[in-house]
Amino acid sequence: MTGFKEVFWKELADNFNSKRFIILFMLVYLAGIATIYIAAQNIRSSVGESTDFVFLHLFIVSGSNIPFSFLLFLSIFIPIVGIALGFDAINSERTSGNLSRLLTQPLYRDDVINGKFLAGVVMLSILIISVVTLVAGLGLRMIGVPPEAEEVLRIFAFIFVSILYGAFWMSLSVLFSVLFRKTATSALASIAVWLFLFLFMTLIAGLIASSVIPVDQNSTVEEVASFDTLYRNISRISPSNLYGESVQAILLPQMGSTSPTMMMIGIYSGLNPTPLPLGQSLIIVWPQLVSLLAITAICFAIAYIKFMREEIRST
Amino acid sequence: MTNDFVIETRNLSRSYGKFVAVDNLNLQIAEGEIFGLLGPNGAGKTTSILMIMGLSEPTAGTVRVCGYDPAREPVKVKRIAGYLPEKVGFYDDLTAKENLEYTGRLNGFKDKIIAAKVAEVLEEVGLSPASDQLVGKFSHGMKQRLGIADVMIKSPKIAVFDEPTSGIDPEGTEQVLSIIKNMAKQKVTVVISSHQLHQVQKICTQVGIFSKGKLVASGSVDKLGREAFRKGKFNIILPISQPTDKLLENIRSIEGVVDINCVRDATVITASEDVSKQVENAVASTTGLKVQMKVEEFELEKVYMEYFKES
Repeated sequence: MTGFKEVFWKELADNFNSKRFIILFMLVYLAGIATIYIAAQNIRSSVGESTDFVFLHLFIVSGSNIPFSFLLFLSIFIPIVGIALGFDAINSERTSGNLSRLLTQPLYRDDVINGKFLAGVVMLSILIISVVTLVAGLGLRMIGVPPEAEEVLRIFAFIFVSILYGAFWMSLSVLFSVLFRKTATSALASIAVWLFLFLFMTLIAGLIASSVIPVDQNSTVEEVASFDTLYRNISRISPSNLYGESVQAILLPQMGSTSPTMMMIGIYSGLNPTPLPLGQSLIIVWPQLVSLLAITAICFAIAYIKFMREEIRST
Repeated sequence: MTNDFVIETRNLSRSYGKFVAVDNLNLQIAEGEIFGLLGPNGAGKTTSILMIMGLSEPTAGTVRVCGYDPAREPVKVKRIAGYLPEKVGFYDDLTAKENLEYTGRLNGFKDKIIAAKVAEVLEEVGLSPASDQLVGKFSHGMKQRLGIADVMIKSPKIAVFDEPTSGIDPEGTEQVLSIIKNMAKQKVTVVISSHQLHQVQKICTQVGIFSKGKLVASGSVDKLGREAFRKGKFNIILPISQPTDKLLENIRSIEGVVDINCVRDATVITASEDVSKQVENAVASTTGLKVQMKVEEFELEKVYMEYFKES
């Protein structure tokens, strides 16, 4: 236990002192403030007459000419922060020659990787909680509508899912830091995976789905629905889509489904979406949350096993 | 396995694919020894050390360090054994003191004890003046000495140094060796792997010669020399150029004496064991003289070369 505690505190102190995180914190705060300013400007036109869950709209609304909501911005920054926290976790220790020294101290090998991971999660939590609190506080001043209890709970859920999402990217980059000897390689590999999953997965999903079930103006509702299901299922390979779907359902209580297309079909067929209670929203995104948790655990487990069995040479 | 040896390996092997790095190694190191691991690059010295320290898993065979298996009980082994890797590194953005304090905390020492220990070991390796400097600014020799301090801080029973003097200037080498020698005086068992035979001979009580993953010879330098050059026999040099027949006869009657040869200005007595005391007595009783006996000594360098000529 001593070993784990010491590694954890050392890593946390290192994180706080490193220039890397000072820059990241600055960037995230600035972007957060900017997006919330835009949102506050545009919230009136977007909410309309309904005053339900106005506060949550702060996080979703984007500017009319700047399509950049706080949510979109977070979904881009969280992976970057997660990767920055993990990509050199193990291999920098190795190249600096510290790993041999560290692992011949009386601590278990997993203390090192666990301590580092937990310190990263704590760092991530501090960043996300502080930026969401900052943004919520600013938003409260700007729109002057206080959040209801339900909204506060939803914000907590949103924070939790965001931390989980960051933890996934961190565990992936920790895995790369165990697999690759060079920090540059592991950083690039992590960013490559992120870009692929973030940018191209939806494109690929669309391509595959439309070649299997082609849809056009004359398609029936059933065809469109099955196209949408296939498309969504493929795009769910990407954790950023899992995150997007979960957060959308949490911040938009009206979402009775994770698919906007299905919502539209529902609205056109005369269903009037009413806000769901938090529990129901969570049930809708439960599979997404469990999947996120599972892939995080799998990446970490592979990194863990690889690291535990590895030979530690000083060169 | 008995506990007579601090480090003991039985048929220890490690292979990487088809390449056998360590091949059935049987190594025994007793308490308080300074054991030198010698051999060319790639002979399996470092790999053996890694297995002893639990940083690599053996393919076959066993290791015991003070009775513990480093693969099964790594923490117990690491509590008593310190290791200085060949390319030691520290956290460059921390000072020498902070680096050592971290090691102290990882060893579970209390803060007060750590402060005292850090000051003590830094003094011992001569780095006290640099204790508040960032390690990133240290020279190679300083880092190496800090590495030794890092081993010392946990007050180990066993200290393993992998090439502690490689790449350091002669003065630095001298410092490192004397620090290591001092450690051994405090009943620490020391294992050193090195190419620098001169230095090894200077401080090691026992050496083991590695070749292609095997331990080809082990023992004191003189024993290895006798085995390599004298078929295991002792040569005792008696500084008398023309011994009388009576003296020769008396010496010949000593048990173990095999041969006597007269060279230019001395008599060389070959025996199966160290009989210098008996020879001295024989000389004293026959001639009434008190003569200084010398048992033939060997240069490690020649011994080493001899072993590699054979293999």
